[in-house]
Amino acid sequence: MATVIVVTSGKGGVGKTTTSASFSSGLALRGNKTVVIDFDVGLRNLDLIMGCERRVVFDIINVINGDANLNRALIKDKHCDNLFVLPASQTRDKDALSLEGVERIINELKETFDYIVCDSPAGIEHGAFSAMYFADEALVVTNPEVSSVRDSDRILGILAAKSKRAVDKLDPVKEHLLVTRYNPGRVAAGEMLSVDDIQEILRIPLLGVIPESESVLQASNSGTPAIHLEKSDVADAYKDVVARFMGEDIPMRFVTAEKVGLLKRLFGGR
Amino acid sequence: MPKETPALKIKNANLPLFVLHAMTPDMDQFKQQLEAHLAKMPDFFASAPVALGLAAIADVDATPDFADLAAFMRQRGMAIAGIIGGSEQQRRAAQDCGLGLFPEARAARKVVEAEPEIVPEVAPEAEPEVVTEVLTEVAIEEAAETPPTRRPTLVIDKPVRTGQRIHAEGGDLVVLAIVNAGAELIADGDIHVYAPLRGRALAGARGDTAARIYAQCMEAELVSIAGYFQVFEDGIPAAQRSKPVQVFLDGESIKLAALGAVR
Repeated sequence: MATVIVVTSGKGGVGKTTTSASFSSGLALRGNKTVVIDFDVGLRNLDLIMGCERRVVFDIINVINGDANLNRALIKDKHCDNLFVLPASQTRDKDALSLEGVERIINELKETFDYIVCDSPAGIEHGAFSAMYFADEALVVTNPEVSSVRDSDRILGILAAKSKRAVDKLDPVKEHLLVTRYNPGRVAAGEMLSVDDIQEILRIPLLGVIPESESVLQASNSGTPAIHLEKSDVADAYKDVVARFMGEDIPMRFVTAEKVGLLKRLFGGR
Repeated sequence: MPKETPALKIKNANLPLFVLHAMTPDMDQFKQQLEAHLAKMPDFFASAPVALGLAAIADVDATPDFADLAAFMRQRGMAIAGIIGGSEQQRRAAQDCGLGLFPEARAARKVVEAEPEIVPEVAPEAEPEVVTEVLTEVAIEEAAETPPTRRPTLVIDKPVRTGQRIHAEGGDLVVLAIVNAGAELIADGDIHVYAPLRGRALAGARGDTAARIYAQCMEAELVSIAGYFQVFEDGIPAAQRSKPVQVFLDGESIKLAALGAVR
């Protein structure tokens, strides 16, 4: 039974696409047949972050319009055998994403894949709505700042009220909180909201915390999902997230600031 | 032979109704002030029926031009359902214009009572008095003998999030989960929140000045009762912030008071 997961946030630039790329890669690395769909029609980014932009021929709108069949539009990931990417269209706008068309695609994908990850665009407009509508579970990506938390709250409200599961009166969409760009040092200094602050407002289970890191930028520029980075806390954090999602009980990491040793403090060393 | 399906049903109902009291026989002045009121809150009446209270001008030997007044109000989205009180002559004139006549006794008493302090800050023995007043204020009963029917309370047990709006029409609203900033609760009756209240809460949305808001953890952005509202630009006063608080209307001002405090 395939599971549809939407990666969403409301606010832009918080790390939805980075998360979609790493999360879907992590699922695939564990042997799950996974497909990740870019719903950001008009501003496609996922293919860049996955490093497959030069292999895009057909996109989701072509499939919806019947210009190409689904198998021709799916791009096999270069890092994982079990992972496929369905890119967004760069030249069309979001209105071309009809709910019927998306449903047809998702139902077809459900026949062959274990996990269908939907990378939502920012905002609460049609594109974001079509990405979340068919979701069984949701990764709500939030940065430790008030506006991001507020937007996530809005998205959670929409998921609870307007998703297909809500409309059909099925069990509600299972919600997971993912805090990204977390800097425990700045939290301690009172410059960022803490994970507890965020949970106090959103009140959904925490799936993981991704530390703020420069390596994320390098990874996305080089077209490699951050989870593949060697010796990186971001990669470790994403692997934890995937493991917890699969039901493993793993303690939270990267939540508290590392103690800076006396020598390190004396000699800088940052 | 099959029974004929009933085409109508007669039921007694207690419906909320605004009473617009005429405090002067001078209808030009009345219209002018009503206009000014409506300009401030254009959707307040939004085609809700209102009753025109004439008790205050019953002793005046003048009859308002009801047809003109009804037309004036209809143009502004208000529907006069009928009149309450008034002299014999005034009532006959209203009836001639096709307006309904509400029973007088209750309404007459109400004007007298509604004038001075509406909300009791006070002695327990005043309370039964207040309860009857609430009933008359909100509901004009069709038949005085029938007991008032209880309106269902809307109970919400999931978080009310940014951008969501919950409206309990004609009754109370109870929320058992968090109400986040940017969410809006509206009830024609009271509002209870047994979790942090961080959004907006508007009780007595149809003008019930006796409606109250009860919050277990008061952190609201805005509270309103019967159209009177209060924002908290600098946050809730420290004495009440994040504490169990009730909100009520004292005359024309919103008051916050600790819940469970001994007076």
